[in-house]
Parts: sequence; structure tokens; C-alpha cells
Amino acid sequence: MSAWERFRQSYLLHSFKRDPIAVISFVVLMALITVALSAPVVAPYNTYDAATIDIMDAEIPPSWMEGGDRRFSLGTDIQGRCLLSTMIYGLRVSFLIGCGAVVVQALIGILVGLFSGYFGGRTDALLMRITDIQFAIPYLIVAIFASAIFKLAFGVGRYEELAVPLLIIIIAVSHWPIYARTVRASVLGEKNKEYVEAARVIGLSHRPIIFRHILPNTMTPVLVISTIQVAEAVMSEAALSFLGLGMPITKPSLGSLIRSGFEYIFSGSWWITFFPGALLVIFVLVILLLGDWLRDVLNPRLYKG
Amino acid sequence: MGHLLEIQDLVVKFGLRFGDLTAIDGVSFTLNKRERMGIVGESGAGKSVTGFAIVNLLSKPGYIHAGRVLFEGIELNRLSDEEIRKVRGNRISMIFQDPMMTLNPVLTIGTQMTETVLAHKEMRKTDAMDLALEKLKKVYIPSPEKRLSQYPHECSGGMRQRIVIAIALLTNPSLIIADEPTTALDVTIQAGIMDLLIELCETEDMSLLLITHDLAVVSQVTEKIAVMYAGRIVESGHTDDIIHTPRHPYTQGLIKALPGALEAGSRLNQIPGMMPTLTDIPPGCPFHPRCSVGVPRCGTETPILMSVNDRNQMVACHALRRP
Repeated sequence: MSAWERFRQSYLLHSFKRDPIAVISFVVLMALITVALSAPVVAPYNTYDAATIDIMDAEIPPSWMEGGDRRFSLGTDIQGRCLLSTMIYGLRVSFLIGCGAVVVQALIGILVGLFSGYFGGRTDALLMRITDIQFAIPYLIVAIFASAIFKLAFGVGRYEELAVPLLIIIIAVSHWPIYARTVRASVLGEKNKEYVEAARVIGLSHRPIIFRHILPNTMTPVLVISTIQVAEAVMSEAALSFLGLGMPITKPSLGSLIRSGFEYIFSGSWWITFFPGALLVIFVLVILLLGDWLRDVLNPRLYKG
Repeated sequence: MGHLLEIQDLVVKFGLRFGDLTAIDGVSFTLNKRERMGIVGESGAGKSVTGFAIVNLLSKPGYIHAGRVLFEGIELNRLSDEEIRKVRGNRISMIFQDPMMTLNPVLTIGTQMTETVLAHKEMRKTDAMDLALEKLKKVYIPSPEKRLSQYPHECSGGMRQRIVIAIALLTNPSLIIADEPTTALDVTIQAGIMDLLIELCETEDMSLLLITHDLAVVSQVTEKIAVMYAGRIVESGHTDDIIHTPRHPYTQGLIKALPGALEAGSRLNQIPGMMPTLTDIPPGCPFHPRCSVGVPRCGTETPILMSVNDRNQMVACHALRRP
């Protein structure tokens, strides 16, 4: 049986097809990701190219409103950039930071959780106390310190170039404890099962036992929290950008766009904040809905629910 | 020495907060090449602990307090972790009780088999697959080629135990320790697995140490039997002698308790009482509170194994000295 046939007959696909919310969320999410990743092709304007921006076009309302301009279907922001294009580029930045942060935090968290749960004793105590300490530090404080130190060390100019990796690291460092705890909990359940003992009996050393035998068996909860963590990371990034600690306005993410429009909301230019905000909500919502569905499917206790 | 496996005065203790518990107290036996031996006893008698002590895999608070485990002339309990790993799974294989649990649910059978080979031998992956296939054929698995790419949940319990046996065979071990290998299977499949084990021992030149609570099973499979009670061997000898002329009151009780020995409709015999827990093993002979033939010495002095005939049947009982 080929992998594709296996997949076609799987419970996963079956339950997916029967859940309209999951299907809709999946379609919307895929559409958003496709648009975001192909931003240079799809977006009407390249908002990173200062030559295409004219300050005279600033704060034009959406095209269907009075004073709207046909060239800018969702209007323009305060710098005269096409809002639709900026949002598409912004979604791409948010998505990349969200995924990057989750990959990095999953790596740290899974490693810590595996070693902590498998070796137990002092290793466990030490790693879990570090995890607790990390949990106790709010990510905003980490972000404020990190970006302040970074700007001091490399200058504000370099900050614009390196903002994406820096944000990925800041968000990852402050969110990995969730992975560490989840993985540790399931390792504690798995490591006393007989197949682990059998692996020891056939003479395997710790490394293959941890990574080949235990790790795959802990992946279910990891998969579920990963979806939630992507949404969480996207929102963290938006919050940081909204506070001015995130992406610079020259390469805005959804969060920095919301912030840039916020000052003008009472002067009537509501669209600069509203459309990026709505896009952020939809993006995070579909991820969470998919995560919800995945949790239900992968939890055998809910099969007959 | 000449013995494949020789256990000398093995003492296993479990270090606990309120002091050490003695799980195995001075167990000695030998196993020759191509010999099949059974260790019989109730739950908690120390059978499995003996098995794990041989490959030095006692779980955490347990440790070997005294005694020696000699395998092919090497003292196993003196080896480092690295060195014992070369013996474990390679020269000595183990088979466990529940085949549902001993296979990793998320890896294919082929992966789990090749992994065992590659842990011990430098070999190409395709060669390892061929070897796995060959061993699967040896344990009479239907359509072995297909099994390699399947997951454990796609096989039945009996088939899984055959797969586990095939994994144990991969490295051509000279000793297989089978810890209750058929307890989780139903009776017809049990017989099949036991026949397979006997056949493999003969064709593959292996010895078998069968750990079980089931006297009926050992009597069909093994040549020697050691009966354990509360961490000690109370009687050992050839299977025929133990089954037909048991001398220790405990062994006699066990054999009388077998349903086959009775007429239909009569009550089953049982040994009164329970085996003592490790925390309060009675002084003297650990069996004396349940024993029907006790003599005064039983409560004070621990009996040692003594030969009772010229066929190497050994019994630890005071009452037998003067029948």
C-alpha cells in the first residue's frame, strides 16, 4: 500500500472531510499562506521599493468610498503605500516570524523535555527549574531588553535588516517552556512502557532510544500545541510590533501596520488599522480552529464523543 | 568451567528509604549449551528479577549485592555499560510477556528489526533487511515480505510474539531469556510459540531460560526446572523428577494444584496462605508458615539446597533430611 493510499483511507482524512469548519479553515489558511508567500507576484505594488511610493497618495480611503482611488482598492496608509500590498507583505512577515519562532521553540523545548523526562533525577530537576524560571519572565520584558541591547550594539540601521531573526529568537526563547513541559509529561508516560525496555534489552544506547523510540511517540501533543503556538507567535509578534518593539515601519508586519494606523483612527482614516487587524484575526482564527480539530482527531479518548 | 551460564550465590537487593529489601537471596544455577531450563514460581518470587539481573538491567533501586553471573566465562556484572551492551541483545536476547507492548507502535517492523542488527553489526541496510526477512521465515510468519513494511498494530498477538522472537534471533544469540512469553496469548497460540521455541533452540544451537508461573508449560519445554519461592530456589532438578517425584512441600503443592491431576467436578487443591511480601519474609525457611510438614527447626534455621538423589535433584527442606 503506497503512502498516498494509506493517507486516503486514513481516519484523519475521513474526519477532516466530515468537518465543514475544518475544511473552510484549511482552505482559508492555505489561500492566505499562498498569497503571503507569493507576495512579490500577487501584490499590486512592491511596498519595499521606495521609488514606487508617493507621499501625495497618503491616507486615500478604500476605492468604493468617496475620495477613493481606483489604483488602491483598500486605500493607502500614511506613507502613501497601497494598503492591500502592504498587508500582503505584512502577512508574509508575520507568517515567517510565526513559523520560524515555533520551529526554534519546538527544537529547544523538545530537547529539554526529552532529556528531562528520560534521565529524570537531577537532570530533570535542573532543566525543569530553568523552565520554570523562563516561564516566570514575561516575554515583553525579554523583548524590551533584547531589542534595547541589540540596538545599542549594532545600531538602529542594522536593526531593520536583522529584525526578523531577532524577533524569531525573542519569541522562541520566551515560549519554549510549553513544549518542554508537554514533551516531558509524555516522555514520563512512554519511558516505562515495555518497548523502551525491549529497546534497552536489544542493546541500544540512550541516543537511539530517546530519538528513535520515544520521540515519535510524543509527537501527537507536540503537533497539537504547535498549531496553537503558531497563532500565539503571530499574535506575540503583532503585540511587539504594536508596541514599537517589533518590525520597523519600512518593512511592516501586520502588527506594525495596525500601530501606524492607530494614531490616525480618530482623524477618520480607520482603514489603515481595520483591514490589517481583520486579516490578523482571520489568520489566527483559522489556525486555532484547525488546531482544535486536530486535537479532537488525535485524542483517541474523544473518538466516541 | 564449560557452562554457558553460571550464576553463583546471586543476591539482589532493592535500596529503599527504610532499608534494603532482599529480592533474591543466594540463587545459584548453571545452564549448559543447548540446554533448556525453566524457572517457576509465584508472582514476586524473584523470577523476572533473576532474568534482569543476568543482563544487568535491574531497574533503578535494584542492584546486585553479591554473587557472580558468568556467561561464556565472562563475569557480566563486572562489565561497564558499554561492554554489557555488546552482550545484551547480541549474545543474550530477551523476550517479554506482552508482545502488544514490546514493539514500538510508531515504527515499522522492518525498521525495528534492522535497528537491532545495526546496533551490533557493521552492515548495509539492505543486508540487514534480508537478514530480518530470513529470520521472519524461520519463525513461520505468513507473508514475511509484507510484514517488514507493516506496523505492529496490523499484526495479531501471536504474530507479534513471533516477530519478537525473530528480533531475538537476529544476532544469533547463544542464550534466550524468555520472561513469561506466552502469558498474554491464548492457549492454542501458546502451544505454537512453545513448539517454535523448542525447534529454534535445536536448529539454532541456543539455550533457553524460560521464566514462567505455568508448570504445565515448563514441563513440556524444558529439561531442567528450578522452583523459586520468596527469592530462593527451593527445589531444582530434571523436569521429569520435579514433575513426577517432587520432594519439597511447596513443589508438591504446586503440582497438586494443577487441574489436570484431578477428577472432573472435584475441588482444586490449593496451598493455603499467600507468599510473604519482601518486607516481612519469615525467619528460617520462608515457606514454613504455609507448610504442612514442618519440623521445629523450620522457624529458626534457613535450609540449604541438598542433593536428594543421584540425578542432581536438589531440595531445600529440613523435613526431608529424616523422612
